[in-house]
Amino acid sequence: MFDWRWDFTFRILPALIDGTINTLIAAGGGYAIAVVLGLVFALAQRTPVPGLRPVVRELVEVIRSTPLVLQIFFVFYVGPQFGLRLSPWTAGMIAIGLHYAAYLSEVYRAGIDAVPRGQWEACRALNLSPVRTYARVILPQALPPALAGMGNYLVGIFKDTPMLSVIGVGELMHTANAIGSEHYRFLEPYTLVGLIFLAISLPAAAGIRAFEARVRAALGMEKG
Amino acid sequence: MSYPEFLAEFGPRFVSGAWITVQQTVLAILVAVGIALVMGLMRLSHNLAMRGVATVYIEIFRGTSLLVQLYWIFFVLPLFGVTLDKFTAGFLAVGMNIGSYGAELVRGGILSVPKGQWEAALALNMSPTKRMVRIIFPQALLNMLPPWGNLLIELLKGTALVALISVADLMFVSKQINGSTFLSAEAFGTALVIYYVLARLVISPGMRRLERVMSRRMGRA
Repeated sequence: MFDWRWDFTFRILPALIDGTINTLIAAGGGYAIAVVLGLVFALAQRTPVPGLRPVVRELVEVIRSTPLVLQIFFVFYVGPQFGLRLSPWTAGMIAIGLHYAAYLSEVYRAGIDAVPRGQWEACRALNLSPVRTYARVILPQALPPALAGMGNYLVGIFKDTPMLSVIGVGELMHTANAIGSEHYRFLEPYTLVGLIFLAISLPAAAGIRAFEARVRAALGMEKG
Repeated sequence: MSYPEFLAEFGPRFVSGAWITVQQTVLAILVAVGIALVMGLMRLSHNLAMRGVATVYIEIFRGTSLLVQLYWIFFVLPLFGVTLDKFTAGFLAVGMNIGSYGAELVRGGILSVPKGQWEAALALNMSPTKRMVRIIFPQALLNMLPPWGNLLIELLKGTALVALISVADLMFVSKQINGSTFLSAEAFGTALVIYYVLARLVISPGMRRLERVMSRRMGRA
């Protein structure tokens, strides 16, 4: 039918597995940034500081409605213009972390909005400081329902890491491109990349669904 | 070079790039909507084979990256005797990818129509086709329009990847201008603004308008 070469497949597999490990590191690193920065974005939209709310709101909208690949180029190339050189890894982590922080901030926001008003009023009645209000009362209630949405974006960030190959981050797609252009064979590397992505993202998505069901059961929420 | 000078010199190229992006977006929307309808309905079919095909399609396209799919369609498909030019491969890959997400929206939208509507159509002795076209689908459409608005913005963003197979879209043009002038902030910043305008001032208001028109026609507004 077509000439799939198994010897070639096995020869390139170790390099692709190395690339996969880098992909997982990139996804994990980007996600770590996004989880923290997303919370900052979400809280910044609730502060009483005048002017901060609309600015952060607009920033989140801009990040969410423009292409990630363009943002990756932007972060990587704009730094040097002003004397700040970033390595591809650093620039890539910042760009992808920032992009997903914008998405995660919406997840957090929905979680915080879902906390009943009485909880806020109780905190005020007990004269809790804003830090204690968030850390001890609001966030512990807001985060568990948000976990499912956060999990979906973890799979999302994993699937978006191939874009980092455009600035030379040595992840899976980059490895496959290099193999393809070196041997001038694209069938095996690109097909294997697709299979590796499926092999990771399908079980991950199923795991997140199971986790979501457990969280909902633990919180006594009905199945949604 | 000041920014007005930059715009005066490169403005026309940004416009031509944006025009290609608009074409890619419109064509990809047509592909995505078509695939979403077919696959979404097949997912609800009683026929096991139809349901199986749709499930496999949706899982494959949602389980891998758009970039992987794009490269596969452009570089690997020719080995199977299907050679597509880069422009066609571009919007086809984006449309097929977004279509798999859209299929789940179609499925969810149809399942969200109350059971009584199905029973009423059955009681009136409507044929399954007529029931779907006249009763179920219009209500499902109204329910799924808001998430489609978000999905179309994802689609617009997805078209930026066609630059990587050298389609001369907005992303590609800004990369070229960056390469020849090294004015990165101006080149990529201008492209960011244009994408933002397309998403927030064209797609979002357009979808909201469509929602209003649809709900009026359904007698709900």
